[in-house]
Amino acid sequence: MSMKEQYGQQKDSYHAKIMAKSIAIMVVCIILTLICLVPIYILIVNATHSNQELVENPSQFFFGGSLKDNLNTLTSKLPDDASKHLRAVARQYSSAFSIGKGYLNSLIIAGFSTVLTVFFSAMTAYGLTIYDFKLSGAAYTFIIAVMMIPVQVSSAGFVRFMYTLGLVNSFIPLIVPAIAAPAVIFFMVSYMKSSFPAEIVEASRIDGCGELRTFITIALPMMKPAIAVQAIFAFVANWNNYYTQNMILKNEKYATVPIMVSKVLAFDKNTDQGVNFLCISLSILPIVVVYFILSKFIIAGVALGGVKE
Amino acid sequence: MASAAQRRIKAISYAKYGYMFIAPFFLVYCFFQIWPLIYTFILSFKGNQANNAAWVGMENYSTILFGKGSSAGAAATHAEFAKALGNTFVLWFGNFIPQILLSLLLAVWFTDAKVKLPGKGFFKIVMYMPNIITAASVAALYVNLFGDSKNYFINATLMHMGMEEPIKFVTDPTNSKIMVMFIQTWLWFGNTMIMLMSGIMGISPSLFEAADIDGANSTQQFFNITLPLLQPIMVYTLVTSMIGGLQMFDLPYLFHNGANFSKELETVAVYIYYNFNKGTVEQASYGYAGAASIIIFAITAVLGSITFYMNRDKDAIAKKKQRKKAEKQMKAKMKQGGLTI
Repeated sequence: MSMKEQYGQQKDSYHAKIMAKSIAIMVVCIILTLICLVPIYILIVNATHSNQELVENPSQFFFGGSLKDNLNTLTSKLPDDASKHLRAVARQYSSAFSIGKGYLNSLIIAGFSTVLTVFFSAMTAYGLTIYDFKLSGAAYTFIIAVMMIPVQVSSAGFVRFMYTLGLVNSFIPLIVPAIAAPAVIFFMVSYMKSSFPAEIVEASRIDGCGELRTFITIALPMMKPAIAVQAIFAFVANWNNYYTQNMILKNEKYATVPIMVSKVLAFDKNTDQGVNFLCISLSILPIVVVYFILSKFIIAGVALGGVKE
Repeated sequence: MASAAQRRIKAISYAKYGYMFIAPFFLVYCFFQIWPLIYTFILSFKGNQANNAAWVGMENYSTILFGKGSSAGAAATHAEFAKALGNTFVLWFGNFIPQILLSLLLAVWFTDAKVKLPGKGFFKIVMYMPNIITAASVAALYVNLFGDSKNYFINATLMHMGMEEPIKFVTDPTNSKIMVMFIQTWLWFGNTMIMLMSGIMGISPSLFEAADIDGANSTQQFFNITLPLLQPIMVYTLVTSMIGGLQMFDLPYLFHNGANFSKELETVAVYIYYNFNKGTVEQASYGYAGAASIIIFAITAVLGSITFYMNRDKDAIAKKKQRKKAEKQMKAKMKQGGLTI
């Protein structure tokens, strides 16, 4: 056997092995993709079926034609000849799940919280890295130490304190605490240490720029990449925060999207499967759309978080 | 040479600005986090329900931990808390193990340069997606798909395929736990995978190349290079996941039929929430909730200090020590020479 033949054979078997492995991995990945996407697909499919269709055959795999009817039931826009039962169903759903109001409340809370989180975290990180002061080391150690304390630990005291202050059924306890986000500060400090030129601050001082103005007009724009990543995560976390919102917002007027979903879940009579699925679809729609638009960016952000030690 | 302006600026102390910049964080943190934490601590020494204002010392702790105490339902309270603690660990363990194995496998595959995998970006995006969906909606979705009777999607589909009796996915104690573990894994494996991937990509490729040349196969490379070098990030993942597990609330609280949460899925977070929401505001069981919170806080503190200790920057600590030593020497010299700074 010539040398060429021998090595050629080995090379071929090596390639065959790699090929087989790649195909096996591909199959596993496709299965996992289906596991991730099929529940969402079925959710949307079911939202387009009427209750009657779903009662007769709950195993629906293809889109139906009742999306508009379900939407009308949810928003209580019923035809004049609607049955008494349908009216009761519509009344129940539209009062618990008023989607426009839910979106608005969630948007107010998540929007303001996000702005406060990124602005004040950037500010704290800037203060810790640019200025040399006695307690800066201690302050940073404190921030790292409290980073992992779960919210549940202080929530009993938090709720009672908010009742004393009369801040229940108010957005303040859900928005103002966003100023203090230890994990975001930690991320921003690491970012500034690795890619923020401190000399620029000195240059701006020589030009007579005040400290706060230097931070807002020079440092903030330079920290944009870190701010953008953290803003997305802060927004998603606040939008999804069922625990604190449910604790503080007891009045229906202030219900957010997750609270509304939990109310729909608790119905035990006059339920309508189609409308149920429609409610859940509507609750995840905005966040999924935003996710697919920003997905590359978000994945990169998660990876950054992973190497933070 | 420094200009006059530069020298003047150097002479100004900017320390006060440092305090001003970090002040908002500390004010808000103390008001909304530290004080509520201290207040929870105080509440844990006070009574429950009608007995809300009375000081009871360590009684809440002895009741929920050991079932001792003067209140009538002490044994039941202890049983409930013990069950909640047990559920928390079972649910955490049952989702962490499959999650870390799956994520590790995927992370190794996705970072393997030899494997040709088209659509890697797409897979990552899809697998991370469950993580951003509202947990409350996820719970609602799964309850509506996996409902107990033949009127729900999964059971109906299985029965079309020939199954005789519907499976009780929601109300059966074991099945509902398995469901929560599955959903929790579904929610988090993409996130863990991406974190581990960035860890693996941080390992120098020359190590893998050298191993390849020496004839090590993928399994050998995984156990001798990837896994040991991934240790810090694995510890980090483990501890954050454990702390996350202690907080598990949305899914176990909402995975049920009807109005009340399922006792079979009650975690410590649910226990705390349930107790301080019992009855009216003035009549809630703040004592038990507070004591349970402080116990969780203690567990978190221990876990947190383990990661903190394991991930501390050894180089930075050594450098700091050296710098301090040098400073001391400088000061001593200056004193001798009679110089002032």
